[in-house]
Amino acid sequence: MTEMIDIKPVVADYDSMIKPDKVHSDLYSNADIYEDELDKIFNNTWVWVGHESEVPDVGSYKTAMIGRHSVIVSRDRKKNIHVLLNRCRHRAATVCEGKRGKTKSFMCPYHGWGYSLDGALRAVPKPEEYEGVFDKSEYPLVSLRFETYQGLIFATFKEDLEPLEDFLGGAKKWIDLFVKQGGGYPLKVLGDHRFRFPGNWKIQLENTTDAYHFPIVHKSFVSSVDDQTAEVFDFLDGEGHVEDLGNGHSVMVMIPELVDLDKDLEAPIPERFQELADELAAEGHSDLEVRRMVRAVGGSGFNLNLFPNVACSMAFFRVLAPISVNETEIHHVAIGGEGAPSGFNQMRLRLHEHFQGPMGFGTPDDAEAWERVQKGSHAGSDEWILLNRGQENLTTSPDGNISGAVCSETGMRAAYQQWKKMMTA
Amino acid sequence: MTDLNLLNQVRAFIDAEADMLDFEQYAEWLDLWTPEGTYVVPIDPKETDFSNTLNYAYDKEEMRKLRVARLESGEAVSTQTTDKTVRQMGRFRILDENDTHVDVRCSMYLSECRHGNLKTYPADITYKLLKADGEFRIEEKVIRLQNSNSYLSSIGYIL
Repeated sequence: MTEMIDIKPVVADYDSMIKPDKVHSDLYSNADIYEDELDKIFNNTWVWVGHESEVPDVGSYKTAMIGRHSVIVSRDRKKNIHVLLNRCRHRAATVCEGKRGKTKSFMCPYHGWGYSLDGALRAVPKPEEYEGVFDKSEYPLVSLRFETYQGLIFATFKEDLEPLEDFLGGAKKWIDLFVKQGGGYPLKVLGDHRFRFPGNWKIQLENTTDAYHFPIVHKSFVSSVDDQTAEVFDFLDGEGHVEDLGNGHSVMVMIPELVDLDKDLEAPIPERFQELADELAAEGHSDLEVRRMVRAVGGSGFNLNLFPNVACSMAFFRVLAPISVNETEIHHVAIGGEGAPSGFNQMRLRLHEHFQGPMGFGTPDDAEAWERVQKGSHAGSDEWILLNRGQENLTTSPDGNISGAVCSETGMRAAYQQWKKMMTA
Repeated sequence: MTDLNLLNQVRAFIDAEADMLDFEQYAEWLDLWTPEGTYVVPIDPKETDFSNTLNYAYDKEEMRKLRVARLESGEAVSTQTTDKTVRQMGRFRILDENDTHVDVRCSMYLSECRHGNLKTYPADITYKLLKADGEFRIEEKVIRLQNSNSYLSSIGYIL
């Protein structure tokens, strides 16, 4: 007789696939490993689902993915946020297909079950056949545990997971710095670019703390900016660093002078922002306000990579959603200041469009490189991805973390150690 | 009653523009524009306030020149792996006309071939054309891709 024990077979020996200095190519292409990742990582940790400014009002909603699960982030009549599984309790149809917007309720298109903004089941057509079967209070949309930090909303399927702030740990300091780029105004999502590339999600995860590629892949972007800006982006030989923040998180500081946007407000205004500074001054903003906005408009001088699916990347949120083992959807979420002068937010939008998204001067070249990684990684029978750059040149950061050169692969090693920890738990 | 003469003139102008883009005659394409002209690829096809929203592209004259320079430089690897595009413009309709301007809407079917994969981008395009000395100049071109509100892949050329 077959034993009825629901234990999934071990699909791979993960210990042997993650070395301190390299990872096995199968991590990009093995479909069984991919499915296992969705279970062991995405079902099992804090996953970013949005920013509070995306659901600003009563009735605001947005949809997001947690691994293979579609979820809705909503704000109810009492202004409370909810993260709900996007699945009717009756026969499973999605109840919301929009990206974001406003609604009074969520209605299943199949049999008309209606749910309120907090997920409660409010209406069932022809309810008499359910008399004595169930009470509506038994079937709300499934509500997920969520917590927020600085407006960033993370949700999880795991009720006994450590608090979000413990999970973020050493990354919190960098989130605090990142949210200063509203230029004196609260951070606000302004829109997002969405694109897919034919490659595994971890190729994108690695890229956020990969400074090494910048002057090669983004040569055409650097050629398109003024000399002063090009100098700012020439950071490989600078004083930046990459720091392992624990739990798979890492930060890559490219432009140390732009780490704290509240400091050095007396610094000269860069040429490319002089027109904006003049415009803001003419609108009546004080010299300090103008300097604060101009200093913040280009974003923070670092990329913070939060395992597994979001980054606070210089001037935007980078969100990744695995679609299949060899396809990934990326959202480049533009941010600005809530209530900030239109000139400030317009400049942030134009800077975002310049580099990011499928028609930007930067992203398409990244995507080309990632696609080629996926394609090339199939070659050979037992080949490895090298992550050993800078591994013999490590120091301890003032916060006590492992730290490497700005173009080291310290952040990737940190992410893969967390991957291994979760996959072998 | 449709002014067929005007429609033919508009159509000839837009077909010529499409040909310039498919055959990468970018210097000529840049000359089609007024200095104040705006090239926009919005995300939300219903959006009309382009300067205050996020677009895939929002190019004034300087950014148009930079976009062309990037395509011609050979520095951007994503532009090197896309074979030439083929686009078909059709369904022309004059939306408005006065002494100085013509507003036109048409459809575009563009196919690209990247890494051997053929992909199609259908779009609605609106033009605001300035009448200038018996010719047209583009004051605004708005490309509303059919799938703009969903997700795209890299676009290493000019729509």
